[in-house]
Amino acid sequence: MAPVIDIKGITKVYRVGVEEVRALRGIDLTIARNEFVAIMGASGSGKSTLMNILGCLDQPTDGSYVLNGSRADRLSAGALAEVRNKEIGFVFQTFELLARSTAIENVALPLVYSRLAWWGSRKRAREVLTMVGLGDRMKHRPNQLSGGQRQRVAIARALVNRPSLLLADEPTGNLDSTTSEEIIALFKRLHEQGQTIVIVTHEEDIAGHAQRIVRLRDGKIISDNPTLADPIHRDYLDRVARASVAAAGTAIAAREGGSAREGGGVSDGVGGGVGGGGVRA
Amino acid sequence: MTILRLIFQTAVLALGQLWANKVRAVLTMLGIMIGVGAVIATVGATEGLKSYILKEFDSFGPRKVWMDGTVPRSQRGRVSSTQYDLRISELLYIKDNAQTIDAITPMQFLSGTVRAGDEVRTGVSVTGMWPDWHEIEKRQAVQGRPLIWTDVNEVRNVCLVNDKAIAELRLDSDPSGDFILLNDRRFLIVGVIETKAVAQGFPGGGEARTELYIPYTTAIAMQPRDTANFALAQLKEAGGADEAKAELSSILRRLRRLGGEDENNFQVETVQSVIDQVSRVATGITVAAGGLVAISLLVGGIGIMNIMLVSVSERTREIGLRKAVGARPSVILLQFLVEAVVLCLVGGMIGLLAGAGLLLAVAAIPSSPLADAGVPLWAVGVSLGFSALTGIVFGMFPAIKAARLDPIVALRHE
Repeated sequence: MAPVIDIKGITKVYRVGVEEVRALRGIDLTIARNEFVAIMGASGSGKSTLMNILGCLDQPTDGSYVLNGSRADRLSAGALAEVRNKEIGFVFQTFELLARSTAIENVALPLVYSRLAWWGSRKRAREVLTMVGLGDRMKHRPNQLSGGQRQRVAIARALVNRPSLLLADEPTGNLDSTTSEEIIALFKRLHEQGQTIVIVTHEEDIAGHAQRIVRLRDGKIISDNPTLADPIHRDYLDRVARASVAAAGTAIAAREGGSAREGGGVSDGVGGGVGGGGVRA
Repeated sequence: MTILRLIFQTAVLALGQLWANKVRAVLTMLGIMIGVGAVIATVGATEGLKSYILKEFDSFGPRKVWMDGTVPRSQRGRVSSTQYDLRISELLYIKDNAQTIDAITPMQFLSGTVRAGDEVRTGVSVTGMWPDWHEIEKRQAVQGRPLIWTDVNEVRNVCLVNDKAIAELRLDSDPSGDFILLNDRRFLIVGVIETKAVAQGFPGGGEARTELYIPYTTAIAMQPRDTANFALAQLKEAGGADEAKAELSSILRRLRRLGGEDENNFQVETVQSVIDQVSRVATGITVAAGGLVAISLLVGGIGIMNIMLVSVSERTREIGLRKAVGARPSVILLQFLVEAVVLCLVGGMIGLLAGAGLLLAVAAIPSSPLADAGVPLWAVGVSLGFSALTGIVFGMFPAIKAARLDPIVALRHE
């Protein structure tokens, strides 16, 4: 079967004033159906530019992009819009829900621009909302929903047109850790159901849920490994494991030795410090 | 189908937005509201006034022609005002020779004292005329008989009374054959005619009172003079006003031996020419009102453009999102155009209601000449059509701006 994404030799050059900024310097990338890939990189690495091109929001300066068997480079603005509508579901860090519209209206938005009849689009939107676990929140507006619920609405919206690619840009960046885990669990469930997913993130623990990690630096791919074979990720996992062992040790020591008050303080300090460092690595 | 659904959805969305920002929306639409309201009121009032005037003239008779002797401007003050009154010989000549009219009568008014039994009325309006008067005024005898030429030729002391006179003078319900005294002369009542309500300001207009109609010759005999106050005639065909005016003028000029340079010392007017004049004035006012609305729509349109630009910039992220989920630039363009049009149409409709309300208020004033003023359907269509056009014209620039937004930039907009 043809891969969902097949990119060859993609470059992207921006002109800022008289200066040329080479955001991508020759990217080759193939993502097969039902893969779950994390794209990682520091800011300025070109990962946003790559995501925009993958999402058909932007066009490469050079190179070829075949999305789900059809060409997706050098298209007109109208043709790109149609590709985005049919083939791609976006999930944004800031959700991007329409504040005045209800959950179901937000989910049905992409269908407004496709050729589904009104009744059919309502039915489909209800179906997807139920699938992400918001069957009882259809008439709620975004300000009546929690952050996690908002992101679920956004995910339902991304899925409503049955896209071949679900493209998520820091989907948990605005969520607390518990909610992040819920959202990641939802992504994993979608992946098990056959959805191809690409997540752009800089958080190792989020990337750890993907099957494969692609790392960018200075507009080039510097590594592309299965998650468990990725050296940086393995290093990260080691540190998390050590930190948790250390935290557990401190907690035990505190329970055995010092007063409850001191022990609590030490435990919090160590856990927070290691956890934070790990995420930023 | 998809496009229609999109337009509908956008319109609903836009209406919701108007409702959410009521004050802003009203301020934005003010120009269009005032413009449309003013035009609707003006056009409605003009049309109402026109139909009122035309109806009045219609009650006077659309085929009527009246002729009168006048003193030309150059001789004013130097000759008596009756110098050029129409002569019976002239009217007889016209009656026998004019092709464009089929009836003519001189009109001689006098005021008399009428006595019937014990009842006395002074200042009764008495009209001397020829039998054609019945045809011209469309007032036939409802009892007895009409006036006939024999009455005129034999200078008979006969009269017609109107039905008002029966009540005022306590006559028999069928007074034909009775006698009354007019200025101490015995007159035989030969028939009764209906009282016709003629509008105030027209000859014979005002509140209906006792009226007597007598042969022209008899009237002359009672008030010696051989000229008529004026003459009435009737067009052969309703459309022949200009021909009749030309023919009657040329006959009178010939009879009065006026040279090529001389001014007319008479006038010939047709109701039709007055109607035409009224219509022309009304059309002029309507056109002027149209010019005014064009200006106010221009001003209103700039307001619309302004608010649409604000809207585009406020909703940049929304535009970015819509584009990201598959809205083509043309669809975004359509969305903002529909919003501008909805804004203008709502403003236009409010203006329409305000204008119509103003008109109704004026019409409700007792005995207002605008009593049956209404907003003509074409004015509703034109003002709403122009409102929508304003929306399209002035919404185009903001809509193009929205359509051209780069989705990446738009989504990054704060």
